Amino acid sequence: MLVHSRAGRWTAWTVFFVLFLPLFALPFLVVLAASFATHWSGALPSVPTLAHYREALHGDSLHALTTSLLTATGASVSALVLGGWAALAAERLPRRLRRVVDALFMLPLAVPSVVVGLCLLVAFSQPPFLLNGTAWIVVLAHTVLVTAFAHQSVGAALTRLDPAYEQSAASLGARPLYVLWRIRLPLLLPSLTAAAGLCFALSMGELSATVMLYPPGWVPLPVRIYSATSRGSLFEGAALAVVMMAATLAVLLGVSRIRNRAAHR
Amino acid sequence: MASPERAAPLPAGTAARRTGPRRVLPGWLWALPPVGALGLVFLHPLVLVVRQSLSPDGGGHSFAAYAQVLQQVPFRDALWNTVWIAVASTAGCLVLGSVLALVIAFVPFPGGRALSRFIDVFLAFPSFLITLALLFVYGTVGMANGLWTDATGAADGPFTFLRTPWGVLLAEITYFTPFVMRPLLAALSQVDTAQLEVASSLGARAPRILRQIVLPEVLPALGAGGSLVLVLCLNEFGIVLFTDAKGVTTLPMLVYSKAILDGDYPGACVVAVVSVALSVTLYTLYRAVLARAAGGARRAGA
Repeated sequence: MLVHSRAGRWTAWTVFFVLFLPLFALPFLVVLAASFATHWSGALPSVPTLAHYREALHGDSLHALTTSLLTATGASVSALVLGGWAALAAERLPRRLRRVVDALFMLPLAVPSVVVGLCLLVAFSQPPFLLNGTAWIVVLAHTVLVTAFAHQSVGAALTRLDPAYEQSAASLGARPLYVLWRIRLPLLLPSLTAAAGLCFALSMGELSATVMLYPPGWVPLPVRIYSATSRGSLFEGAALAVVMMAATLAVLLGVSRIRNRAAHR
Repeated sequence: MASPERAAPLPAGTAARRTGPRRVLPGWLWALPPVGALGLVFLHPLVLVVRQSLSPDGGGHSFAAYAQVLQQVPFRDALWNTVWIAVASTAGCLVLGSVLALVIAFVPFPGGRALSRFIDVFLAFPSFLITLALLFVYGTVGMANGLWTDATGAADGPFTFLRTPWGVLLAEITYFTPFVMRPLLAALSQVDTAQLEVASSLGARAPRILRQIVLPEVLPALGAGGSLVLVLCLNEFGIVLFTDAKGVTTLPMLVYSKAILDGDYPGACVVAVVSVALSVTLYTLYRAVLARAAGGARRAGA
């Protein structure tokens, strides 16, 4: 306990909440309140309505939601395979080579997402890989962007893994692939699901690379939110944002339930 | 647990070799497929962008595109905006994040744990939501201006900073502060409370305890959080796009407008290369300053 006096403690708490509430709690409440409103000219929004949600769950907006869900699922699964495989393989490499592989997989984090989008646009607009204008280029961009997180969390979990299990399995004659499948992957399952949840959430909200390369038939939800707000439909944008946050939270919750079950086994 | 077998991990493949003449693929072969895939979808495209920035439409190699872009006033404005907004945001996040994390860690209150969970959720949402929310708080139609016009009867409110660089700064500080708080909270939970009690019973006051005991302990975490936020701010795009201000252009925004709105791909590639170089340079510089500061703190503590 660093602050002993009662007055000092109350001062610290007051400072905390004066900073915390307007900066972090208010944004969510405001977006939520705006999504049910049609006007906001006073202190509080007015003219409550559910019309924005009706619109957000129909037609093009519903299509944008499913597009986002499909893209995020595809991107997080492939990022998990690519990043997890790289982390598992890098563990067997000599130290110096391992650092190179780790650095290569972290590189997409250092490059602005817009530049990642530009890179894919330049590379995949010409044969032999003509992906520009298809949904695949969006999934590919999201994969590139979230692989770093999958690689990082699987790599961190690997360093915490007790080598005794796999060594005893190997000393009993299990082949490396069998050890991987029956010992290491089950032990890694909690961190793999955590990484999958993080990748999914990041991909659901990805905007920067997506605006560079989305084709007309594959418009993810963040782009739809941007086009709504940029033409002035702020309240419709707020409803779409709430739908996006709710979908993300629902998936994160489901993933953490799987994780708990895996951890208890 | 001090048996030699446990202490020295077996080298990869030893067990398999012992059990028979099974063929074991060398480790680097397993690393090839993921590295190859990354090369195809990211490294090779990155090289193509650099190459396109160096080769004008006529063919050959030249820095003509660089000379042209570097002279443009919009580019210089964007460069300056990117740097100062990122540096100011990082400083703001470090100060704000430290204050909030210190209160959560050392002046505990009921619900503090739930708040840490809330911060984790915050990190999972995209940045542009903050700008969207700020539009309802400080925008022309919004809470703050609404309160003002209700109270004074004026036609317009006084809050017009949202479509200026200050709006971007506020949004970035709000969004990126949790990135500082999370490693900091982890480090603060490792600080030995007995040390704090001893220092306090010897008569040290809170500021001195923070400076001499807590700060050296959490400096690496603070540095890690700060460097992450600096790079993320330099690369931030969603907040700037949603702010939608004519006067606020950053380098990522310039890449987007050149490539998508103007169709000027060589120009976009030049700005992209400059943007990546800037991120890497500032990151390296920051880490060097931090290493020197940490060395200084260690010398002062010894």
